[in-house]
Amino acid sequence: MATTPNFHNETLRRPNGSGAAAILAAGIGAGVLGILALASDAIPAVNHVFQFAPASGDLSGVTTTSVIIWLLVWFGLSRHWRGRDVNLLPINLAALALLAAGLLLTFPPFMDLLEGK
Amino acid sequence: MEISLRDLVTVLHGMGFGTLFMMAFSGAIGVIYVTAFVGVQPIAQRATTLMFRFYLVSMVVLSWLTVLSGTYLIYPWYRAKPPAGTTDLSLYPRSLLLSSPRTSGWHDLGMEWKEHIAWFTPIAMTMVAYVFIKYGPQIALHRQLRNAVLGFTAAAFFATAVAGGVGAFLNKNAPVRGGAQIILYRGE
Repeated sequence: MATTPNFHNETLRRPNGSGAAAILAAGIGAGVLGILALASDAIPAVNHVFQFAPASGDLSGVTTTSVIIWLLVWFGLSRHWRGRDVNLLPINLAALALLAAGLLLTFPPFMDLLEGK
Repeated sequence: MEISLRDLVTVLHGMGFGTLFMMAFSGAIGVIYVTAFVGVQPIAQRATTLMFRFYLVSMVVLSWLTVLSGTYLIYPWYRAKPPAGTTDLSLYPRSLLLSSPRTSGWHDLGMEWKEHIAWFTPIAMTMVAYVFIKYGPQIALHRQLRNAVLGFTAAAFFATAVAGGVGAFLNKNAPVRGGAQIILYRGE
């Protein structure tokens, strides 16, 4: 007789490591995006380096680099935490703080404030 | 009835990918809420779980299509520099906006914010979809995972709302125009 799996059963509970890796990597990716956007806006040499696709300007380099760093971090953390249970509270706090920082760093008036414009 | 190629691509970017994605948000929050809070049994059927997964993966695909089309198709048209001596700036939206202090803020604040903030959405939604697919109904057992997923979903909603809203206003003030004309309907 087929039975419905009981997903609330703690014995079937998957370790949270893979999820934690994805969450922290997303936070780091968001934070890096904010930092690189600020750096590219503030430092002409950085802006020049990030002209990956000249028609799209430094946006192409800022976003491509952020996505690559996000995926590499995710891959690394995932290998490290797979099959393990980790303390998610500090990881969540760090990821959400990085996300908030990233969002703030892309807000032009805040960028201008940091750059002293 | 004609439309230019750039108009068509802009509509596809904003209305096709972006708006579809935005409209899907309420469903995504519902999917996550039902899975994580309401209970597992009613949604444990394989078909329902597969549909939820398909729904979130579709959102991820739409979010990537939106930012990639925006960054690599429309943004170059938006920021193209007019040749020296050009007086009609209607084909050069960035220059058109910057030509007047009454409209320059749409570029300095609007586009400068939109071009970056939009990229938070695919990163966040890819993570959300991955965690959802990886854990499925088990997400109900992981309160912290659930909190993070909901937090990032909310951030993605905010980023999309800013990018989409600013995009709509930019298109009102300085639409991306030009390219080949496409005849949609021949009037009398």
